Amino acid sequence: MEKPAAIPEYPRTYPKPDKFDVVNHSREKLDGMGLVTGTRKFVADFDLPNMIHVKMLGSPHAHARIISIDTEEAMKMPGVVGIYTSKDVPRVAHTTAGQGYPEPSPYDTFMLDTKVRFIGDRVAIVAAETPEAAIAACRKIKVQYEVLPAVFSIEQAMAEGAPVIHDESDCSVPIPIHFDPKRNHCAHMETKVGDVEKGYKEADVVLEKTYHSHYAQHCPIEPHTCACYLDEDDRVVLISSTQVPFHARRITAQVLQIPIKRIRVIKPRIGGGFGTKQEVLLEDVCAFVTMKTRRPCRWELTRAEEFMSARTRHPMSVTIKMGVKKNGKITAMSMKVLSNTGAYGSHALTVMSNCGSKVLPLYKCENVEFIGDTYYTNLPVAGAYRGYGATQAAFGAEAHMDELASAIKMDALKFRAMNHIKVGETSPIFQALGEGRAGVSMVIQSCGLAECIEIGRKEIGWNEKRGKPGTGIKRRGIGMCMLMQGSSIPEIDMGSVFIKMNEDGSFNMLLGATDLGTGSDTILAQIAAETLGCDHSDMLVYSSDTDFTPFDTGAYASSTTYLSGGAVINAATKVREQILAVASMMLGEKPEQLTIENKTILGKNKKNKITFSQICKYAMYEVNQFQIGAIGSHVTHASPPPFSAHFAEVEVDIETGELKVIKYVAAVDCGTAINPQLADGQTQGGLLNGIGYATTEEYHFDKSGRMLNPSFKHYKIFGANDIPEIKTFLVPTYEPTGPYGAKSVSEICINGALPAIGNAIKDAVGVRICEGPFTAERILKAIREAGKIGKD
Amino acid sequence: MKLNITLNGAKKSLEIAPNAYLLDVLRDLAGMKSVKRGCGEGTCGACAVLIDGRLRNSCITFAAHCEGATVLTVEGIGSHEHPHILQKAFVNHGATQCGYCNPGSLLAAKALLDRNPDPTMDQVKEALDGNLCRCTGYVKRIDAVLDAAKEMKSSREEKR
Ligand code: FES
Ligand code: FES
Repeated sequence: MEKPAAIPEYPRTYPKPDKFDVVNHSREKLDGMGLVTGTRKFVADFDLPNMIHVKMLGSPHAHARIISIDTEEAMKMPGVVGIYTSKDVPRVAHTTAGQGYPEPSPYDTFMLDTKVRFIGDRVAIVAAETPEAAIAACRKIKVQYEVLPAVFSIEQAMAEGAPVIHDESDCSVPIPIHFDPKRNHCAHMETKVGDVEKGYKEADVVLEKTYHSHYAQHCPIEPHTCACYLDEDDRVVLISSTQVPFHARRITAQVLQIPIKRIRVIKPRIGGGFGTKQEVLLEDVCAFVTMKTRRPCRWELTRAEEFMSARTRHPMSVTIKMGVKKNGKITAMSMKVLSNTGAYGSHALTVMSNCGSKVLPLYKCENVEFIGDTYYTNLPVAGAYRGYGATQAAFGAEAHMDELASAIKMDALKFRAMNHIKVGETSPIFQALGEGRAGVSMVIQSCGLAECIEIGRKEIGWNEKRGKPGTGIKRRGIGMCMLMQGSSIPEIDMGSVFIKMNEDGSFNMLLGATDLGTGSDTILAQIAAETLGCDHSDMLVYSSDTDFTPFDTGAYASSTTYLSGGAVINAATKVREQILAVASMMLGEKPEQLTIENKTILGKNKKNKITFSQICKYAMYEVNQFQIGAIGSHVTHASPPPFSAHFAEVEVDIETGELKVIKYVAAVDCGTAINPQLADGQTQGGLLNGIGYATTEEYHFDKSGRMLNPSFKHYKIFGANDIPEIKTFLVPTYEPTGPYGAKSVSEICINGALPAIGNAIKDAVGVRICEGPFTAERILKAIREAGKIGKD
Repeated sequence: MKLNITLNGAKKSLEIAPNAYLLDVLRDLAGMKSVKRGCGEGTCGACAVLIDGRLRNSCITFAAHCEGATVLTVEGIGSHEHPHILQKAFVNHGATQCGYCNPGSLLAAKALLDRNPDPTMDQVKEALDGNLCRCTGYVKRIDAVLDAAKEMKSSREEKR
């Protein structure tokens, strides 16, 4: 038998050039002018002739069986084109989580079901001539429900005899992972390294505390939007605001039981995602409606739907136990995570396991234990959200580091500085906790934490201000935390790129990678230009379209710069070799003697010269003709963590509990910042989202499980006037496994605000608040319970 | 019913439904796709336009109320070929990430600079507070507006 072709060996490290011409410079965002002049198109900007509009009738009950649906009257409403219920659609168990295949999330979701599991769950699809007509028809649909007892907390979900949310016989997991829906137990993971009990015995101080993090929504300003039409060949074309066009194509094909080849997914400009658009939420319905009605359609979530029925951050209780010696050595640590995934298990396992894998390795310790459990409830569905578990776990871990430092009377900065992981070190957790399977072990090759701490310490005035809250009604406090994340999912995710040359020396670069507003088109163009020897504006970037761009797992897991950037280098290197080969023929010199400078090939001693344009024309029209171009793919063998230190200065009014964040400082080591301005923008945007999460953003539910505040009016995200003084610093390091030394930057910055602000509140008023957000009520209650400050 | 407006400098006569919102009229009938829907309930500013020079959220403004008005969208303040100083400043400062909030915030900035050519940072923050952005953290947007103000001032002085 013939041996299968060898798996391509991807570069494990990239050589470091002496200098950078294009990367590490703040080059103009390629789509910037198109965005500010309004010419760049988002999904809703595509006019499709004869288009109809989709609305979903959402469930008014948190848990109910649908006995019957009467659509007769609704069908008679003006403008209604079609109404579809579970009887009309295929029943295929799947996950909406846009993850690699097979997904580490349970197949527990159906396009439409005879049961609803949270308020806002899908009941019936309405297609009508206008959105208003569709809404009016929704109101006329008569549904008879058998209301079931519901479960609104993890405690209720795990209780003996609790109502079973997924009692259907056809839910399952596509890979061998723990899944026990009869007990509402969606996922479980545990790992142990060393001897934790022994570690606790050796400790001088052992502390244990539970930290609670809450529901929140990503709030991209563009809500989820999807449009669909049939093309000239009767194929289904979806234009979607998705972070994962290829997963969207695969999952839509799966749900509708049609071949992948019948579907094309186009991702135009996206108005932010932050993880919520890593979910396949609209595509199946839009494709179904278009196939049924043979008319183009569009479905745009309302803001209320975005809050209630798109995706959220997993609320969690994270219990941290740590043992420490008086000299500051950490002898043991345990993390127990209880995660609420809501009604469906999207990312249920991996967000939970990331609590451990993206937080525990930060500090050196031989004895480590992680136990995580995820439960179903009848509340909104959680999913991927920037930070992905690290946000929730870092809150607990970094609050705990401060508590331990004060227990052994050591400065919190010094305690962290002596314990954090450094270059040349590893953590057993890297190998122990993967994404649905074992992780990949790695040694840290770049770490700028020491410098991050130093910069932040000076900028916030740590030495002068820490521990000096003052005595008035308004107390000041300083707090900090340290963070790590990852860069891509190693040996699982794959990215690829196609580059071809044009006669004027420009290049088309077709990216599977998904720019959802981060600027990845631009930074990937910079990486290509650096490799090829041209300017980033010579790269004509197109992302993404499943018909035209090669595969990429998508924009998630902090992967685009590191993983897809590697694919860009791999493709551009091949193109460069072709260019040099043609130039060598034209100039009669050996390729090794040639250099490239600004789209010009220089011969030995720079005597002979020839331009990119001449080379391409020669290859296209003259001799040994071929298209100069190449495809490059990449799979990473590591997931090097970016590191960061965040510092907050706060003011707390001890009479009202009111909190004001005065100043916020973040120093981040993302390796080489491919585009410093964009990296800085990621940091600032992420940290402000984090500050919102820590201080104002919160879901309020009534007794029936209904979210009471699904609007920007009552769910407060920060506006320009709310921001504190923000100072951000990029600390350069060089990550040899990354493209031009780069690591990720997008996710890490959201994780710091909860712990840094929590630690600052403790410094100001001496109380530890273990539950976000830090509202005036919560702070005042904590102050009163502690019973000291209010009185003195 | 008929709606007569001056849209980005051109007279327009549009056939509208009496209860139509300006947002839908501008997008669907006048082709002004820069006007974005972020919430549809007057809380995000993505749909903001200038009506007779004043910043208004078009998603909660009845088109019929705009009879005779002058309406400005981002298409009317600059183009690729001739960008407005504010547009250039947004790009130069990295105030555009996903860009979905940009048309609204650019118009908010323009309205501010039209009435106050030399604003303080606090005035900029205040004026742009109604235009939510989830990507940038506002720092670069504020810098862009302050910088544009400076540049506009110096180009005014040069002209003198
Ligand atoms: S869409 Fe008009 S304010 Fe949000
Ligand atoms: S740039 Fe994305 S919302 Fe402002």
